[in-house]
Amino acid sequence: MLSPLFYFESILLAFRQIWANKLRSALTALGIIVGVASTTGVIAALTGLKTQVLKEFETFGAARLYVWPSRPANAPRNRFPWEKVRLRASEAKAIEEQCRSVKCVTPISSTSLSVQSTNETLDGVSVTGMWPAWHQTENRQVIMGRPFSNADIDNARQVCLVNDLAIRDLKLKNDPVGEHLVIGGRRFLIVGVVETITERMTGFNTISAELFIPFPLMEKFQDRDYFMQIVAMANSPDEAEDAKVEITRVMKKIRGLGPDDPETFRVQAIDQFINQFKSIASGITAAAAGIVAISLLVGGIGIMNIMLVSVSERTREIGLRKAVGATPAAILLQFLLEAVTLCLVGGLVGVMFGQGFAILVRMIPGARLEQATVPSWAIALAFVFSAVVGVVFGMFPAIKASRLDPIEALRHD
Amino acid sequence: MAAVAAAEVAVAAAVECELDNRMSQPLIEIRGLTKIYRVGIETIHALRGVDFDLYQGEMVAIMGASGSGKSTLMNTLGCLDQPTAGTYKLGGRLVSELDSNELAAVRNKEIGFVFQSFELLPRLSALENVELPLLYSQGQGWGWRKRRRQIAKDVLDRVGLADRMDHRPSQLSGGQKQRVAIARAILTEPKILMADEPTGNLDSVTTGEILELFEKIHRDGQTVVMVTHENDVAAHCQRVLRLRDGLILSDLPVEQDESVGPIAKARRSMTEC
Ligand SMILES: Nc1ncnc2c1ncn2[C@@H]1O[C@H](COP(=O)(O)OP(=O)(O)O)[C@@H](O)[C@H]1O
Ligand SMILES: [Mg+2]
Repeated sequence: MLSPLFYFESILLAFRQIWANKLRSALTALGIIVGVASTTGVIAALTGLKTQVLKEFETFGAARLYVWPSRPANAPRNRFPWEKVRLRASEAKAIEEQCRSVKCVTPISSTSLSVQSTNETLDGVSVTGMWPAWHQTENRQVIMGRPFSNADIDNARQVCLVNDLAIRDLKLKNDPVGEHLVIGGRRFLIVGVVETITERMTGFNTISAELFIPFPLMEKFQDRDYFMQIVAMANSPDEAEDAKVEITRVMKKIRGLGPDDPETFRVQAIDQFINQFKSIASGITAAAAGIVAISLLVGGIGIMNIMLVSVSERTREIGLRKAVGATPAAILLQFLLEAVTLCLVGGLVGVMFGQGFAILVRMIPGARLEQATVPSWAIALAFVFSAVVGVVFGMFPAIKASRLDPIEALRHD
Repeated sequence: MAAVAAAEVAVAAAVECELDNRMSQPLIEIRGLTKIYRVGIETIHALRGVDFDLYQGEMVAIMGASGSGKSTLMNTLGCLDQPTAGTYKLGGRLVSELDSNELAAVRNKEIGFVFQSFELLPRLSALENVELPLLYSQGQGWGWRKRRRQIAKDVLDRVGLADRMDHRPSQLSGGQKQRVAIARAILTEPKILMADEPTGNLDSVTTGEILELFEKIHRDGQTVVMVTHENDVAAHCQRVLRLRDGLILSDLPVEQDESVGPIAKARRSMTEC
């Protein structure tokens, strides 16, 4: 019906009209500009935060799985006593042997003990019992000496690893390998030094002296029902989900739990943390979308108002256009496209402000939002929303214009 | 002698041509045209049953006192307004049966309308004002934009305004504005050119120029209907239709019209002496 050329020329006309009323157009589009700018700005900041956090999760190890003891919710305490719920080293062994997607596994248990070196005695030093796989799950390597061997574990040899803060606090030699420590009354040989990782946003920061001993020796320092957790690594992040299923199955088998019995442990993959974070982020995005909805509504009403003014101001023009052969559809299209163009121009300016905001946010020192940028989907969405606002709120004035009677309109003054 | 004979032949041919026109289908055929305005409780009978036919090639003046219904009749003929009762056939088609799109097409292609107050769009140049009707001619490809501009330029040239194309209406004199409006009206080569008091806002010198333009356009084969209440203006036409209180008072060839024709003219010039 109406040719593409006509659409093109109507848009051209719309730009002329907007340009002819520059100030009014700018004030009218302000609602749209503010809405789009604030939303794209917030989304840009969120995107930056998300990229940063996910990157840290990635280095932290997306293939990692945790097994925790866990009493079923709402279950009576006496039905699930601690000794039935707590984990055991034998369960870690079973996971290591039976789960095909698991690369390595370690039990971990920590306690505080008094420690004595040749030159110093300290109370309350953190001592952690683990297996050699710990180096992999925690991604902390031995920088001097050697890590534990399987023989150290199997024979419960009295050997230990230290970190550099322990070297400082216990006044050990710079290369402490070969020195001895008395830990909780037992004599241990230092065989290596473990690297210290200072910055991890997900916790476990090494901020004090740490000692590490073979896990079997841990039992000698603690009560019978001591607390431990198991950390496993899947072969790859992709297999984390499989590993989780396998670990759950093995644990249930060991504990003799049927398919309908409540689980007395919890297996958690790191991607659950990621999902949690993602859901928080999308919550904030939804809130931002709420802001945009409200501001676009307000902006849209502004557009409608100005279009109604425009129609009434240009009644004579509409009458003349009709007198020379404009169909109602042509008039409708002209006014609708004017509203849509105005909204899209507003959207464009809004996106530009949002991008500017993103650039500003990147420069805030310490905010760690260097990745902040307006994602292309947000830009697309901003334009779609602006266009929809233009159509919705421009429709009524446009229909009003298209229905004007030519001679009535020409009599208007 | 030969000259007289030649003149006689020419007159005979003209009469024959006239007869031909009369016998063929009229371009406009109105019967019992009635228009009633309701303003509050008052009803105004602007037209009370007007009948007439108009043939291709004619140049007709519609005359009458102010308020006699001339504009109402013109607006109806121009398909800008609908009558309350009666029928209007344009080129054999009943206008009352056309939908809004067909009416738009008729206004676009078959009718050129010139208003007393010019009705130019102030923000457009003279050229853009002239090409406006072609903007609404549909089914044209991308090359149309250029061709359209050329057509508008040619028409502006025809009305003698080629050198004022890029001027805004506010930069033009009244006579120039009306030339632009006439150019716009004849742009699509309509079947009929209608003008409602086209010289009503102009001084006498400019009025003469505009009337000459109308005559020139008519000589080129354009059918013209023009509202006026000045006898000098009507004298340029071939047929005079007089309205009074919404009814046709007289419908005569210009020579026979009591106040426009040659007799009246002679009488006027005598009293002036
Ligand atoms: N829109 C209108 N509403 C009410 N009455 C009108 C309207 N237009 C014209 N009239 C009336 O109809 C009559 C004819 O008007 P019009 O056709 O404009 O006369 P003319 O053009 O001959 O001066 C007048 O009495 C006028 O007051
Ligand atoms: Mg009038």
